[in-house]
Amino acid sequence: MTDTTVERTGGIAGLRPAGLEPIARRGEAVFIPLAAVLVGMAAFSLFVLFLGKSPVQLYELMWRGGFGSWFSIQNTLSRAAPLLLAALCVALPARLGLIVIGGEGALVLGGVAAAAAGTALTGIPMSLAMPAMMLAGMAAGALWIGSVGALRHYRAVNETISSLLMAYIAIALMNHLVEGPLRDPASLNKPSTHPLDEKLRIGDIPGMDVHWGLVVGVLACIVSWILIGKTKWGFAARIAGGNVRAAQIQGLPVGALIVGFTALAGAFAGLAGAMEVAAVQGSANAALAAGYGYTGILVAFLARHNPLAIIPVALLIGGIDASGGLIQRRMQLPDATVQVLQGMIFILILFSETFYGRFKAFNPELWRRGG
Amino acid sequence: MEAYDIGWWGVPLAILGGAVRVSTPFIFVSLGETITERSGRINLGLEGTLVFGAMTAYGVAVLTGSPWLGVLAAAGAGSCFGLFHGWICSFPRVNDIAIGIALMLFGTGLAFFLGKPFIQPSAPGLPAIPLGFWSDIPQVRAALDINVLFVIGALLALFLWWAFRNTHAGLVLRVVGDSSDAARAMGFNPNAVRLLATAIGGAFAAIGGAYLSLYYPGSWNEGISSGQGLMAVALVIFARWNPLGCFAAALLFGGAGALGPALQSVGVTQGYYLFYAAPYILTLAIMIATSSPGRSLAGAPGELSIIR
Repeated sequence: MTDTTVERTGGIAGLRPAGLEPIARRGEAVFIPLAAVLVGMAAFSLFVLFLGKSPVQLYELMWRGGFGSWFSIQNTLSRAAPLLLAALCVALPARLGLIVIGGEGALVLGGVAAAAAGTALTGIPMSLAMPAMMLAGMAAGALWIGSVGALRHYRAVNETISSLLMAYIAIALMNHLVEGPLRDPASLNKPSTHPLDEKLRIGDIPGMDVHWGLVVGVLACIVSWILIGKTKWGFAARIAGGNVRAAQIQGLPVGALIVGFTALAGAFAGLAGAMEVAAVQGSANAALAAGYGYTGILVAFLARHNPLAIIPVALLIGGIDASGGLIQRRMQLPDATVQVLQGMIFILILFSETFYGRFKAFNPELWRRGG
Repeated sequence: MEAYDIGWWGVPLAILGGAVRVSTPFIFVSLGETITERSGRINLGLEGTLVFGAMTAYGVAVLTGSPWLGVLAAAGAGSCFGLFHGWICSFPRVNDIAIGIALMLFGTGLAFFLGKPFIQPSAPGLPAIPLGFWSDIPQVRAALDINVLFVIGALLALFLWWAFRNTHAGLVLRVVGDSSDAARAMGFNPNAVRLLATAIGGAFAAIGGAYLSLYYPGSWNEGISSGQGLMAVALVIFARWNPLGCFAAALLFGGAGALGPALQSVGVTQGYYLFYAAPYILTLAIMIATSSPGRSLAGAPGELSIIR
């Protein structure tokens, strides 16, 4: 009974028989997104050609700007750090069948909460103040996205729309706090909160120009992967994501799962904001709303909501992001160029969903039928 | 100016005027989305379509000197976006909500990309009907300057309300939206109807964008839309897929959006950004108040994925 429902709604590898079949399915899960990215890049080449520019030059610059030198790799890694966490904010609720796209709001508020905590805690030993700051960021994010989950479960409010509306509210709230109650009077042109004490700044990983947020992001992905794949909560969440009613009949605490997973997702996005403040900005200001939350949506979908797959995908997208400036300078293309490419890839990735199970090589059921 | 200082009376007046000014994009996007959702599909990409429509209209108006050609071009571009959404979603296992999010990001990206050269030049704007001609008070005159598109939107709402109930096309749309199987049994092709409905929805959303760039605020820049397209989608749910409800709700949202500027004009600047958030908070509050876990919403099309 359980087996068939799960089978039909798709995707619990642990319940399948061993042998070549899981490998074939995994091959499909790598091949199809890869093909979609390549087709997206090809389509973007046509677009660039149409504008009278050279796609070869563009992709060469993209490679150079994203991965071509130690400097650009470090730049890519720094951008990947918040993307990892922002993508988790989409991927974790997705396991429950929820499409949460307002991670930007949790990220922004996480940054503000961390800055506020950091300012309030000046003078307290750093070993206490730093965790408190990070916790404040996580709590703000958890509250924000957790309420999206709670509204979904207890009031049937659509999570996609509510989370995005709450992102706009969060940004307005940030502007209010940064321009008003939390404003450092010394920040004239660019309203900011009081700058953090040097001791509360997150430093770089030794030997690199990349802050510790990268390590935190990678760890968060691994922890999420273990949570989803190896624990009973993850298992229950996947059941609930497949079929809510079946999960309820089996007595799973669906409400607690939904609120818990969305809150954790929001906590990760809040942590991303807290680290942007502590490692990059040094204070909370409008630069926090840099769009990491929205790029995170793309990363999560590209990784098919698999936390481990988020790591390479975030590096890829972070690299494309990092090369934007170079492309803008060298080819006189607008800064939105990268956004257009990402949009094309995103559409093709979603479109590629329709091809799963259709290729003979990847589909054991078609092997058996011999056709 | 001082002689006409009408003090706090300016606040309700400015909100009224603002409601009329700000509501037009909501009217168009929500009417378009009503048609799309009645066919059983949801298009969250209308936010991107709106921004792209704003850019197209502005660009074409700059190049040709005619704002109406701009509106027409926007409608054309918007229907292309709608057709694209409808076409992709007609494939099995492609999620219409996710495609909408992708098109939202793609549409805004493409609009920023192609619209870069149009940030500087100024385009001819859409005309307004000065219904406040009888008054000498500038605030009254400003509040009663009504754009032609607002009037068209109001008539359109009335027409759609009538057409959903009384025309063959309206019936087909509702059948397809309520049950693909029933539609097929009656000999209609659900995918074709949805394709057309999404295309019309896209065209309407782009006209809403054209209003933004050609009338209010009346310029093209990258911050032209702040979620109007998406709020309009929520508004459709609130209005229960009823075109007249959409019109009323759009006015309400417009009024909420005008609250901040209205208060600022009389010197209340404290918490300006919080007032700026009013339309989003209102949308969210309405969604919370009108949703219910127990029953599905009255009047919801049966095939709509966002409700199920």
